Amino acid sequence: MSGIWVVLEERDGRVSRASWEALAAGQMLGKLTSKAVNAAVIGGATEALATEAAAKGAAEVARIEHALLTPYTPDGYTVALHQFLEQEKPEYVVFPHTYQVRDFAPALAARMNEVLISDVVGMGEGPTFTRQLLQGRLAGAYSHPGSGPCFVSVQAGAFRADEGSAGTAEVTTFAPTIEAVQLRTKPGQPFRGSAQTVDLGSAQRIVSVGRGIKEADNLPLVQELAAALDAEVAASRPICDNGWLPMERQVGSSGQTVSPKLYLAVGISGAIQHLVGMKGSQCIVAINKDAEAPIFEVADYGIVGDLFEVVPALTEAVKASK
Amino acid sequence: MKIIVAIKQVPERDAQVRIDAAAKWIEESDVQYAMNESDAYALEEALQLKEKHGGEVVVLSAGPGRVGTTIREALAKGADRAIHVDCNDLATRDALSVARLLAEAIKPESPDLVLSGLQSDDLGYGQTGVILAELLGVPHASLILTVEKTDGGLKVKRELEAGWFQEIELPLPAVLAMQSGGNKLRYATLMGIKKAKTREMRVVGCDDLGAASPALATLDNVTLPQKQKSTQMIEGDAKQAAATLVEKLKFEARVL
Repeated sequence: MSGIWVVLEERDGRVSRASWEALAAGQMLGKLTSKAVNAAVIGGATEALATEAAAKGAAEVARIEHALLTPYTPDGYTVALHQFLEQEKPEYVVFPHTYQVRDFAPALAARMNEVLISDVVGMGEGPTFTRQLLQGRLAGAYSHPGSGPCFVSVQAGAFRADEGSAGTAEVTTFAPTIEAVQLRTKPGQPFRGSAQTVDLGSAQRIVSVGRGIKEADNLPLVQELAAALDAEVAASRPICDNGWLPMERQVGSSGQTVSPKLYLAVGISGAIQHLVGMKGSQCIVAINKDAEAPIFEVADYGIVGDLFEVVPALTEAVKASK
Repeated sequence: MKIIVAIKQVPERDAQVRIDAAAKWIEESDVQYAMNESDAYALEEALQLKEKHGGEVVVLSAGPGRVGTTIREALAKGADRAIHVDCNDLATRDALSVARLLAEAIKPESPDLVLSGLQSDDLGYGQTGVILAELLGVPHASLILTVEKTDGGLKVKRELEAGWFQEIELPLPAVLAMQSGGNKLRYATLMGIKKAKTREMRVVGCDDLGAASPALATLDNVTLPQKQKSTQMIEGDAKQAAATLVEKLKFEARVL
């Protein structure tokens, strides 16, 4: 057994921000369990990633490198990491909870007769791992009773990436054995869904609408409020899934990440997929009929009430204040 | 094409939930249940594939007796038959344990394609489809919006983060974990509801599947989430609340 391995992910040629958060989570786990924290980078060319990772306070950095690991395939990553983890026999394996990790880590864990504790937002003595249940309405504390490696993925934004820690880790290389026939899926080049005509990322104020609006015909209600506030209109996923607003106005893990001065959430319950896209906003206002809605967990101001009464009243009040 | 769709019954979206006395899960008697959202999209994709290419759609659901209503709903929308894995302890099973049950139920059917939703709205592990592929020894793709049949297998559209997508080709048999939003969901017709009553729903006891699995991740206790911020709740009728909010946004938060 060799402690904790954090598997870092690449984005645009660099180690991604979510990966540094996973490393921070690994370091917290290291303190809780008194175990060494190591980092692994994986891909077809990992030297630059390893150099970046080696300066971030890990005890050891492993380069899991093979030409067949670029581009990403779930089969390639599962085969390579399985071989690596069989050699290292770690007690904990930590990932960022990204779309890519969700695509292979459950299979990797299952191949080792283990299960991934996914989308973790906190850790405590034991160790225990906290996850959200019922879209954030409740929290569950999990533990890992088995003796094999414990697989954990951590939610974006839940652990603060440590800017200060520095070091010069030893870098080793691991060459997995992968055959081309083992890669059963053929990935195409990533492409953008539609021409971006709205840049929500630079908006100062956003009025965002969710399921509570009930029908597309009710959208003018929020559009009028947005106009009064000189704000952009955005939405949670179901609104865009229904085609009521274009996909480019979607805020959340599958849409845009925004941090405006004011984010006004109307009829949005606050599922985590939405919260990760907006919880960095300076001031969050939530209007929702359900006082228990998770959106209130992150809101600075809340109004529990019928949006069909509150929103028009708010539009009037904003106009009157000008 | 023979397609199996794994669906889960979950508490309704707006259900008011109460933590149970043992603080292990929720009081199940309190809530109404519905089909998990991304599973409904998986079912829709399966029905559309059948309409285009022929074959059979079999729905598979694990859970206690109450899941029968959700299975009937899937049959009413057009699934041909159903398998109900009868078990009462779903909330205490980890993702691997549940996937093992489903995999054992799937194996004798030898389907061409297995579809699952991406993630359940209750426990939210988001792993069932990917683990099923591993247990069945077939390729998979996850976060899939649309599916197209090709000569060699399938071409699927996969959602990436931040508004990016990717096409993936894979051979059959395969497992796809479906994202919501790729299709428009259909409603059950009156005729469909009538027909559903005559369609086969086979019940399999979960102990009969021989898929015993040691607990690898246990849910030890359930609590209310810790607040991340102190929220000022604004009281009063709509007009008063609106006026107070504007004051606060202007003079306290200074964002207007």
